[in-house]
Order: sequence, then C-alpha cells, then structure tokens
Amino acid sequence: MTAAEELSSYPPIDPVNFDLIIVGTGLSESIIAAAASAVGKTILHLDPNSFYGSHFASLSLEDFTSYLNSSPKSITAEKPSTTDSDYTFVNLIQKPLFSDAEFISCDSVEDSTFLRENSRKFNLDLGGPRALFSADKTIDLLLKSGAAQYLEFKGIDASFVYNANEGLMNVPDSRGAIFRDKNLSLKEKNQLMKFFKLVQQHLGGNEDEKISEEDLESSFVSFLEKIGLPPKIKSILLYAIAMGDFDQENGEVCKDLLKTKDGIDRLAQYSSSVGRFPNAPGALLYPIYGEGELPQAFCRRAAVKGCIYVLRMPVIFLLTDKVTGSYKGVRLASGQDLYSHQLILDPSFTIPSTPSSSPNDSSSESFQILSQRDIKGMVARGICITRNSIKPDVSNCSVVYSPRSLYPDQVTSVRALQIGANLAVCPVGTFVLYFSTLCNDADEGKKLLKASMNALLTLPGVQSDSEDKKPIVLWSAFYIQKLTMSKFEAISSTPTPDGNLNYNDLLDATEKLFGQMYPNEEFFPKTTSPEDTTDDDENGIIMENRS
Amino acid sequence: MHGRPRKPLKEEDESVLSAKAEKLRLLQSQFLANHQNRIYSKEALDLSAKLLENNPECYTAWNYRKLAVQHNLSQSDSDSVASLFDQELKLVENALRKNFKSYGAWHHRKWVLSKGHSSIDHEMRLLNGFQKADPRNFHAWNYRRLNILPFDKEKKNLPFERLVSFFFCFDITFRFVTDLMKRSDEDELKYTEEVIGENFSNYSAWHNRSAILSNLLKRKAEGFSHKEKVLQEEYEHVRNAIFTDPDDQSGWFYHLWLIDQTVKNGAPLLVSSWPSRGSTITLNGHGNNRLHGLSLLNSTLSGTTTLPIILYFNQAVEGINSSTVAVKSEILKEDLVWKPLSVNNSSTAQVWVVYLKLGNMELQLSKTYSIEITIGYSAGIVSSNGYHYGDPSQIAFELCVQTAHTEPVEGQYPKLTSWKDSDFQKIDHFEESNFVTSTDHHIPTTSNWCREAIDEEITNYQDLLSDCKIGKLTLARLLTALDSLSPEHDKRKKHTDEILKLYTELMKLDPTHSLYYKDEHSLVLLQQITSSEESLLPHCHYYKDATETNTSYVCLRLQNLSLSRMGSIKNLLWVQMLDLSHNELRSIEGLEAMQLLSCLNLSHNKLGSFTALGPLRSLKSLKVLNISHNELGSHSIDTRRYLCSSPLAHTEVFAWDRFEILCGSYSATKFWEAFLIFESLNLTDLNITGNAVADENFTSFIVKVLPTLKYLNDEEL
Repeated sequence: MTAAEELSSYPPIDPVNFDLIIVGTGLSESIIAAAASAVGKTILHLDPNSFYGSHFASLSLEDFTSYLNSSPKSITAEKPSTTDSDYTFVNLIQKPLFSDAEFISCDSVEDSTFLRENSRKFNLDLGGPRALFSADKTIDLLLKSGAAQYLEFKGIDASFVYNANEGLMNVPDSRGAIFRDKNLSLKEKNQLMKFFKLVQQHLGGNEDEKISEEDLESSFVSFLEKIGLPPKIKSILLYAIAMGDFDQENGEVCKDLLKTKDGIDRLAQYSSSVGRFPNAPGALLYPIYGEGELPQAFCRRAAVKGCIYVLRMPVIFLLTDKVTGSYKGVRLASGQDLYSHQLILDPSFTIPSTPSSSPNDSSSESFQILSQRDIKGMVARGICITRNSIKPDVSNCSVVYSPRSLYPDQVTSVRALQIGANLAVCPVGTFVLYFSTLCNDADEGKKLLKASMNALLTLPGVQSDSEDKKPIVLWSAFYIQKLTMSKFEAISSTPTPDGNLNYNDLLDATEKLFGQMYPNEEFFPKTTSPEDTTDDDENGIIMENRS
Repeated sequence: MHGRPRKPLKEEDESVLSAKAEKLRLLQSQFLANHQNRIYSKEALDLSAKLLENNPECYTAWNYRKLAVQHNLSQSDSDSVASLFDQELKLVENALRKNFKSYGAWHHRKWVLSKGHSSIDHEMRLLNGFQKADPRNFHAWNYRRLNILPFDKEKKNLPFERLVSFFFCFDITFRFVTDLMKRSDEDELKYTEEVIGENFSNYSAWHNRSAILSNLLKRKAEGFSHKEKVLQEEYEHVRNAIFTDPDDQSGWFYHLWLIDQTVKNGAPLLVSSWPSRGSTITLNGHGNNRLHGLSLLNSTLSGTTTLPIILYFNQAVEGINSSTVAVKSEILKEDLVWKPLSVNNSSTAQVWVVYLKLGNMELQLSKTYSIEITIGYSAGIVSSNGYHYGDPSQIAFELCVQTAHTEPVEGQYPKLTSWKDSDFQKIDHFEESNFVTSTDHHIPTTSNWCREAIDEEITNYQDLLSDCKIGKLTLARLLTALDSLSPEHDKRKKHTDEILKLYTELMKLDPTHSLYYKDEHSLVLLQQITSSEESLLPHCHYYKDATETNTSYVCLRLQNLSLSRMGSIKNLLWVQMLDLSHNELRSIEGLEAMQLLSCLNLSHNKLGSFTALGPLRSLKSLKVLNISHNELGSHSIDTRRYLCSSPLAHTEVFAWDRFEILCGSYSATKFWEAFLIFESLNLTDLNITGNAVADENFTSFIVKVLPTLKYLNDEEL
C-alpha cells in the first residue's frame, strides 16, 4: 500500500465542523490548542509529520538528519473540479524553515558505527539551544495550564561565559556565585554585588531608591558605563545575564539596543531564577528527553480537554468561499473535507494569494502570507556530539560568547548549551552541544558558529595541537533558519522558533495571537477541578533528582 | 526561613487556630492527668506523642516520655529495648518536622542516644536533611558539633565553650560520642565550606568553621601544621565574602577571629608587673608625704601596712600560687596567697595580686632589702584556652624603709582632697628615663608572617573599602593588630593617629554603634598616651596640698578625653592618684588592677549604677573617691547587671546581718548594690553629689556603711 493509499484509507474524522483547525504541532500551535480547548473550543490539531513538535521537535539522529535534508514538500494533488462544489480549492505549500544544512562527521568507522547504532538514543532539538529560566513565563504557563505534570526538569549545572584568554568563566549570577568566583578581582566582586543590590533596591519599590526614569529609558550599556563598571563586568551583564544579541557597544551593528529597563527586567528574571528550585543550582532548567517534550505536554493538555489529534495527515487544499474568497475549511490528504471558523498554520506553510490556475506557480510575489510576514532575519544553528564535556565534572551547562570574544568583527553573541546523558537526550558517555547566533546570511552565521565550536571543541578535519585537550566532535550539523513573526487573520500563522535561549518572546506572541483570535476568552483560566490543583507554585514543577 | 515577612492572619484562619488551640488544651489536660497518675500505658504514650507532634515545645511531655521510657525499660526484655528507643527517635523526628528549632525535641534526642541503644547511622542523614531545610539552624549545627566532638573530660576549654554555646557541651558525658568519631574534623570543615559557598550569610557555619579549625590547628592535623598557610587561605576565603557583600556581618566576625588567631601568641606571657624589674620601693611610715621626684620606675608608698605585688598577663590565666610563682626574700616569713583580680569571681584572671603584710616583717630603717620573684619555672600556669605559660622569668626589686610606720595620731586627719586645676602643677621631666625598660617586660617574638599577613590585609582593605563602614572598622582593627605586633618602643611603625581618625569617622558614619567605636577609640587613645614617657608626661601633675607646701603627690590626669572605657592599665600600675573626671565612662573595668590607687576622681562621667563601680572593691588602698555628677540611680533598670555581681547571684559573700542593721527602715533593694561596693572600702573622703541616688536617706546610709569616712561631699563630718 502506498503512502497515498494509506492516507485515503484513513477513517473519516467525526465531527466535520470545528471552531479551530491547527496545522503543525510546534510550541505555539500546541499552546493555542491547549488554551483554546481549555475555554471550550472544539479543535482539530493536525500534523503532516509522524512526530509532535514541528520545528520544536526533538528527533533521533537519523530522523534529525533526514528532516533537515528533506526537500520542500508540496503536495501536488490533482485539483478537483470546482464546478460541483461550493468552494474554491487553494493549494497549500510547505516551504521548510531550515536551509543550508551541512553535516560533518568524523572519519572514524568506529564512531560512525556507534552513532548509527545509537541513533534512537539521541533526542536532538531542532530549535536548540533552548532552556528555561526557573522564574520565567514558561514555568508559570506550564503550571497555570497544567502541562507541568507531564514534564520532568533538571537544572543546568553551570553557566559560563567564554573568554579567549581564560576559557570558560562562571557567570557570577548570584551572591553565592560572586563569592565563589575565582576570576573576578575583589574590587570587581564588590562592584558587581553593589550593582545587583542597586537593581534589587530599584525593584524593591521604595521610591527614592529607584533608578531614574531617564536612566531607565537610556541604553543599558550607557547606564552601566555611567555607574563605572569595568568592561569585564559590563560584558557579563550585557551578554551572559541580560542575554543581549548584538554588540551593544557598537551602535552601527546593533540592531537591538537594550534599554536599561529591559536589562534590569532580564537581570531580575535571572536572579530570581537562581535558587528557585532546590535541585537546580543555576538559573536554567532543561526538560528531560529534550525540548520536544514541551509541545507534547501542551498537546496532552489539549487532548484531555477534547482536542482531536491526527498525525501524519497533510492538508492538501484550503477551502475558500467561491464568492467571498474567505476561508471555510481544509481538505485532508485522506480526501475528507473539514470545516472550521478559524485556521492556524505553522510558519512553514504558505498559500498563494489568489487562486492560481497553475499549481506550479510558486513565484514569491504570489504568496500572500509570506509577503506580508515580517521576516526578522535568520538564525544559524549548530549541533555537535562529543564524548567529553567542555568542562570536566560538569555535564549540563550553558555558554555565552559575547560579541568580539571570538574575533574582532563578531557582532552577535553566540549561545551554546551542552546537555549530557543524564537528561536522556544522548547515549551514556556522550554529550550534545547546541549553538545558535543571529545572522544576516548563511555564510556569516556558519562562520561564527564554527569559530565558537573551534574555541572549545576539535571539529572533524581540523588539525588540533597535540597538547590540545578539547573534546573531539563525532558529528556535527549546521543549518540556517528563517525568522518570521506570528500573523493573525482568518488564517493565522504562528511564529518561528526565535534566536533566544528561552521561550519568553514566543510565549508573548502566542498569547497575543490567542487574544486576537478569542478576545473575550481568558488565556488559561485558573482551574478549580481537583485534578489540576497543586498546593504550591513550586511544587507543580517536577525536578529530576538523579545525577 | 529567614527574612520572610509574617502575613497577617485571615479571619477564617483565626477560627481554625482557636479550634486547634481548644483541641490542644483538651489533649494537654488529658496528658497531665496521665502524668500525675503515672500511667505509662500504650494509650497514654500515644496521647503524649500526639501532643508532642502538635506542640513540640511542651517540656513536661518530653520529661514524661523519659519517665515512661525508664518505667517501661524495667519491664521489658532486651529485644524490645531497641524498639522502645527507636519509637522515641521517631517521635522526635516527627516533632522536629513540626518545629525543628524545638529545644525540647533536640534534648530528648540526645537523651535517647545517650542511652546507647540506638544506631547512630541515621543521625548524620537526619542532620543533613534539617540543615538543608534551614542552613542557619544553630540547633542542628550544635548537635552536629556534639556528634563529632571527641569525648575528652580533660578538655580545658570546657567552661569557655559552655558559655559560647551551652548546647555544645550540654552533656559531655555522652558515651556514644566516641562512637560518632567516624566523621572527622576534616570532613566537617569541608562541609562548612560547602554550606558557606551556597550562602555565606551563615553565622553558624562560620562559627563552626572557626571551632573546627582551632581544633585542627591545635592538634596540628595533617595539612594544618602550618598555621600561617591555613590562616592565609582563610583570610582569602572570608575576604571574598566581605568584598562581595560588605553589609553582611557574618564574615566580619570570622575575620575578627582570624585577626585574633594571627596576633595571638598561644602561650600566656607576663606583660607587666608592679613593682617592676629593678625598681626601688620606698616605704614612708607617716601618713604625710614628703616630696617625691617623679619616677615611673621607683615608687614611694606612704602610710601603708601592706605591699601589693601585681602580675599582669596578656591573657587570663589560672594556677598562680606559691609553687608556680616564688617570692624570695630574707624578710619573708609567711606563705603567700595569690589572688586573682577578676570581677566575676572566677579562678582565672589576667591580673594576680599578693599582699605582703609589712607588719609581719622586721624591717629596719634605712636598710634596703631585695626581693626576687620567679615565675613559671614549674608548670601550672595555664591560659583559659589551655596553653601553658612559656616564658620563665624573674623580677627583682628593692624595698627600702625611710621612716618607721606609726599609727596616725588620733584627730589628725588627712586634708580634704580638692581636684581643682589650681591644685595641680605641671611636671617638666621625669627623674629617670627608664620608663620603657620598666614596662617593656617581654616583647613576644612574632614571626614575620603575622605582620606580612596583616600587612597584606591592610593593603587589600585600604584599596577598596575605605569608604564604607566595615572597611573602616576592619582597617582600624588591622592597624591595631599590626601595632600590637610591633615592639612598644618602635614608634615609627605606630598607626595610632590613623586608627583614632578612623574611629572618629565611624562614630559619625554609624551613630547606632557609636558607643562601641568610642570604646575602641578610648582604648587606642589610652594606649597612645601610655606608650611613652613623652606622651605620658603632659598628663602627670603634682598635686599640691594647699596647706602643706612640701607635700606632694603625683597625679595622673586623664580628664576631658571623652574616654568611655579604661585601658592600658598594664602601663599604669604605679599610679596612686588618678583623675578621670569629665569623660564618658560607663564602666571602669580594668581599674581593679591599680592596686596602689588611693585617690580617684570619677566625677562628671556616665557611670549609671553602683554595679559599674564593682572594680573598686578590689582597691584596698583607696581612700579618696569622687563619683559626683554621674548617673547613679538615674536608670531604673541596670542594663549592665548581667556583667556584675549582685547579692542575689549568690556568688558574693554578702554581709546580710550588717546590711540589715544598717538599712534599718530604708528600702533594702535600693541600697544593696551600694552596700556591696562600699562595705569593703575604707574611704575617708567621698563625694557623691550630683547623682540621682544621693538623697538624704542615702547619705545617712552611706555614712553608716563607711565608718572611716571623714569628708562627705566636700564637707567634714
């Protein structure tokens, strides 16, 4: 039986009318499915893939490779005759978000055999590096929605900032960390702690201890300069704690200058994350089995509330009103027509603006959604698999390479995350490292990722010094991802994974989209049913204790 | 656990609470009935367990449990003994879960373990659990310390440690403690490091660290034989804490302890004595004095019947007696009894005194007798933290009788002592210039690393923290420590002015603690004044008796210096007349060592109670005392009472009979402190005007207490 035959034999879905049909099971789509079903909407959630998560999925090594290598899938089904139908059939085209995929494996037969045999033991994040701050919005949402009960987390052991001379330095992100730090001078410790206290006082609410409005609106970097913090501390605050993307000290290249206000908010989030959960030593958490668990948890939540899930089910046509051209429903690959008031598509889907006579016409001008979408640039992502940790005795850690730390014209920060076998994302004795950076073009992005990998690792084919003890990379991948924003219309579109480490911005966009779709509904109303109640905020998050 | 604001109770909570209280009351009354009737049945025990799990603070119930265990022990076979105790441990654990700061529960646990029937494997796990729940829980820390403390009855520091933490040695006779030695000091030190690393605002952890380190250093454990190395690492460690958060006080105390460890030479040393080495003491039998040239080495005593010998050590010691200190002289016929000069009646003291009774000696006029004191040639002098006196030394001085001792003629009294400025005359120079040798008893040879360590600390703190309170204070302390390490006469290295400036700034910067800074300021100032002849000379005056031009005392005038505390007494043992008026003294601690003092002016100070005058009781030669214009009687509550003796403390021999007779119809409680002070003195001249207490009743009472009194409040009686 061919795939098409298999699909056409798929039993019809009942009912055929829904409030909302969602295509794609990425994080935003899953959250909306859970939120909308929580307020009683009837939802059909579809995914053409065989796995949950879309661009937020965690895949085995083999699946990961084939996913990135897969060519654009446009289902070129014969357009049915429209004469005996009330609807016009509109082609739905999927353009992969990922491009320029490049894989480098080591030559060793032994290692490639190992990877092949253990392929299924890997859970590689498509959207990595990703982690959650213990005190960020995602945690609150997981608790509020009840999705937290399907997840287990573990604290990231350490956060580092890369320095060309000193290697990996701990991010002094708390009073205890400043105290323990071995790289800062006494004076720097004093200054940094003073600054933390200044921020604490500002947040404390006492009017005369607040930072002036003028300072809050000025750039964070000039505020830090005004206070007289030395460069080392400034860089830690800007890139490792406030997670600035662009070189904040170079106005020409900085596309996203942090305001003091935002810097302080991020610092506050960071410091309230440290120590929120007793088992998490640092600020960051990571879900066991990978980030793909997050959308799945929301999907399970949605399913509990009655959302219908169908995987491996592509949508081949959109149904639009013959007269008004407005959206009415979808035709599935199984041939069934289903109807809904609203439709959400994951960001890889595009539709021609006008019903085109030729299905092969794919000139970019004709894609209404794509053309209107705000493309924010791109992010370069990279993954490495190693047998050794970049820092002895530390299994899970994050690294920030601040601008200019790798080479002088490095204008963006690179973020990296190393996850070890105790988070069940790779076989015992191996580590997975994720890298990402914003970039303007693929070459620039890949160059920067390679430089940051070379700083800590030995890539295949790169000559290593004999005394070099850098972990050897068994396998690595590079790919470029487009960044687009969410869009609200009769046919809405969710945002792509962004270049951030956490999900805050995605969550904001998702919540906004939900609000636009259902202006009168609360985004996850407080539940009162006994099965959902957790006695304490923090008790709702399940922390894995094994090491 | 700490620093969380208490939320106000909601109404529904209150009703829940009152219902709970009602239930608890019922439980309690049932329990008390059982207790009274000595019912130790299973039901009764369950009831008490329930009570304790709800209210671990109920001491009676814990005691009942102990009685019950004892009762049931006598009736049970050996198999069930262990389970009986396990049951108790379980109960304690449950109670601690309710309130892990419950004294009763911790005590009970110790009691159970002391019986030795229970396994102790579980104990460390339990402690780790509780300490994780609240890293600052000092109960758990104390219990922990108890667990690792070697069982050692000979431990010399027992009384001290008991003071520091009564829990620590609550019951040292635990047999099980030896079994618990499995955890080494090294492991525990590592543990404190981890806890401090997590959050260094932890007094308990720092304190525990200091206790463990002291122990390791003392027994020179492996890796701890080089004190300097260990201390340098610790300086570095605590420096990180202080620099990270200068406002957090927990590290400061540890730093203070470190300075102390650096400066302190373990063994006690004799730092001063009276008479001093090579001095000549002239005895003048008459009550009247002839002109004495001003000499700080040689003294003339008039009209005295006893000769005190004072030994001044750098720390409190015990074991001063005729076998450890020998006084050799041809004129000596009796065994000497050394007395510790301490306010709190303990057997250890920094200053020891013996009185030679001149009447028992056959002294001939114009003849010089030599007296030799040898100290420390036989063991027995031990400091309060267990170090033995390590510097055997000799002090020889001469005694010369100028005129024979005669009883004062009846009716011929000394003149009224006036403290007017016009009665004092400046002194140009000292008779000899050997002051330094007289006080320079023994300079401990400190190795260089001490000074280097302190120097390094000074550089660090000067650089970075001079603009904040703790920086200034630490700097002042470090400079003081540095000065104490350099020889007294080495003036080039003194930082006194800098230290005084720092404390003056601190008083302004931090008014809440200005009293402390003032005390420190006073001590440094006095040290500066007494450190050399040149600095002392401006404060020395002749006192001219207005009527007899040829009679003159030397008076040390330290008036108007804003002193709040006395210090540097070791340099002032020779003083017979002292003017401390117009200062801010609240205490005269230390003055008890000035055994030669016969005239003392404490007027215009802030002495708030008679108990603050406690040190005067040891001054047997004191004749003239001016305590006018103080705050005696102004404070209804004596906040210093805990430091001083009271007739109710039963530490004093209180002459109740005499007191009652003298008191007559007066309110006894008002006067007993005054009685306690004055009863042992032989004052001839007392001025007490300008104090709240000095009303008519009091005046007539004091006249009765002091039959020797000739002048009261500048008026002849």
